[in-house]
Amino acid sequence: MISEQLLYSLAGIGLFGIGLRATLLHHMLIPRLLALNVCGAGVFLIFITIAYAGAESRPDAVPHALVLTGIVVAVSATAMSLALGRRLEALNDE
Amino acid sequence: MMNDAIIWVIIIPLLGSLISISWSRYASLTAIISNLLALAASIVIVNQVYQSGPFIHELGGWQAGLGISLRADALSSVLLLMSMLVVSAATFYASSYFTDAVKRARFWPLWLMLVVALNALLLSGDLFNLYVTLELLSLSAVALTALSDSRAALQAAIRYLSIGLLGSLVFLAGVALVYMGYGTLDLLALSNKIDASPLSQVAFGLLTAGLLIKSALFPLHFWLPSAHASAPAPVSAALSALVVKVAVYILLRLWMDVFDQVLTPLSAMLLGTLGAIAVIWGSWQALQAQRLKLMAAYSTVAQIGYLFIFLPLIVALPEGSLKDAAFTALLLMALTHGFAKSAFFLSAGVIQQYCGHDRIAELAGTARALPLTTFVIALSGVALIGLPPSGSFLGKWYLVSSSFQAGQWWWVVVIAVGSILATAYVFRILGYAFGPRESVGRVLNGGRKEIPALILALFATLILGFGSAGLWDFVSQHRYFPGS
Repeated sequence: MISEQLLYSLAGIGLFGIGLRATLLHHMLIPRLLALNVCGAGVFLIFITIAYAGAESRPDAVPHALVLTGIVVAVSATAMSLALGRRLEALNDE
Repeated sequence: MMNDAIIWVIIIPLLGSLISISWSRYASLTAIISNLLALAASIVIVNQVYQSGPFIHELGGWQAGLGISLRADALSSVLLLMSMLVVSAATFYASSYFTDAVKRARFWPLWLMLVVALNALLLSGDLFNLYVTLELLSLSAVALTALSDSRAALQAAIRYLSIGLLGSLVFLAGVALVYMGYGTLDLLALSNKIDASPLSQVAFGLLTAGLLIKSALFPLHFWLPSAHASAPAPVSAALSALVVKVAVYILLRLWMDVFDQVLTPLSAMLLGTLGAIAVIWGSWQALQAQRLKLMAAYSTVAQIGYLFIFLPLIVALPEGSLKDAAFTALLLMALTHGFAKSAFFLSAGVIQQYCGHDRIAELAGTARALPLTTFVIALSGVALIGLPPSGSFLGKWYLVSSSFQAGQWWWVVVIAVGSILATAYVFRILGYAFGPRESVGRVLNGGRKEIPALILALFATLILGFGSAGLWDFVSQHRYFPGS
């Protein structure tokens, strides 16, 4: 059981690392946003693994609440980047 | 009512923001009233800390761990007061800055959200709320930067947002590790629990890295100049004076109060070295800048560097009055820079609107056309250089004496070179501004714009300089919660 939790944590750390690397390497808006979201997914997965307290007991609710807030923040920031990108494109077309 | 000031200082701008979305005709009035009320609330909070020491307010009676706790102590309440003074002055300024009705209608709700985020961040008592308020702050700051609607501003805003998002994700990963290791995110509880384990070291590294991006320490400063230089003037003032500084506030809070067991002399020395490079590099770039606002933005990079030089000194000094004096001097430098840089940016905005540009080489005649604004630039220049009687003179004085007391004399060289470069970039502007031109303008051209900037500059050069003894007593008595 512990090894399963470890597997998910490592996957979270891996996603975080991949996303971090790609964010630093890409300068175009869309690839960079995708990379940031992968990075975020890694962090959220780490939070979810922390909540796990064994097959018998209930998971800790606090990390779940934190992940929900984190997702809301990530979605709004992504949406805002896209809106800014579209506005920039419209300016370039004029 | 008075005891709940810590709630009102957040709720009032939030209500103001909602009202200014719904009734954009009254937005300016709403913003001025809500900022003045929040300023009053921040004065009440400082007084509460002064009378009865640091305190915690648990929202809705829910205890820490489940609920949200707000806390105020010497460090946060003083920064709160400074930020409300800067924001209130910038609000008066902004009420006559925007001529375009559409931009004005978009500005006020975002501006008030920025105030909400700043105040909530300074009063947050746990790590996750720090993350949320940091994010709220970034989002409103980015939207305000994009308000100029030029290509440069949009590009700067996109870069600011993506780098800010990266910073907060790294910070959030650190928060996750802290919760994994210690089962709580409450700062006060954590300060008693955290020990130097491998987990806490990694968490500390991640939290610090995220915040270094937000506070634009060299070499992570690259996003700052374009964003701060292309935003509208009142926004630039808030970005440079406050938004960058509150990230430094969180760093200080974590380093000094929470992770003090984990912070090693070596890592402090590394950050101090980066700060020293920031001082030299930022000042040099400020001297090369062709535009007034870009110069001010690079000067911010340098001034943030000074704050980081304090760190290895505070770590090296023995517990006691020397260490406390260095800490208070750091706070004094941060406060002075907040007032001086906001005054500078507001004045740069006046010049930009009057001349139609802010190219430094073409500023000739400004001193005759806009005497008060030029005076404000000179006054804030006094504080940026660190001449007496400004607050940063005392700050640098303590920085130099702590360097000798800690046996780290090499910082003195950096401070000297940085101050010479600062003198050069301030006098370069004044040299151009005093250049010959025929027309002579009135002393006061726009009261609602020039007087707020003047008040801020006076805070930086006179009030903080002469009133710093009070700050010293206040910080030494009310920095820590009793028993922690």
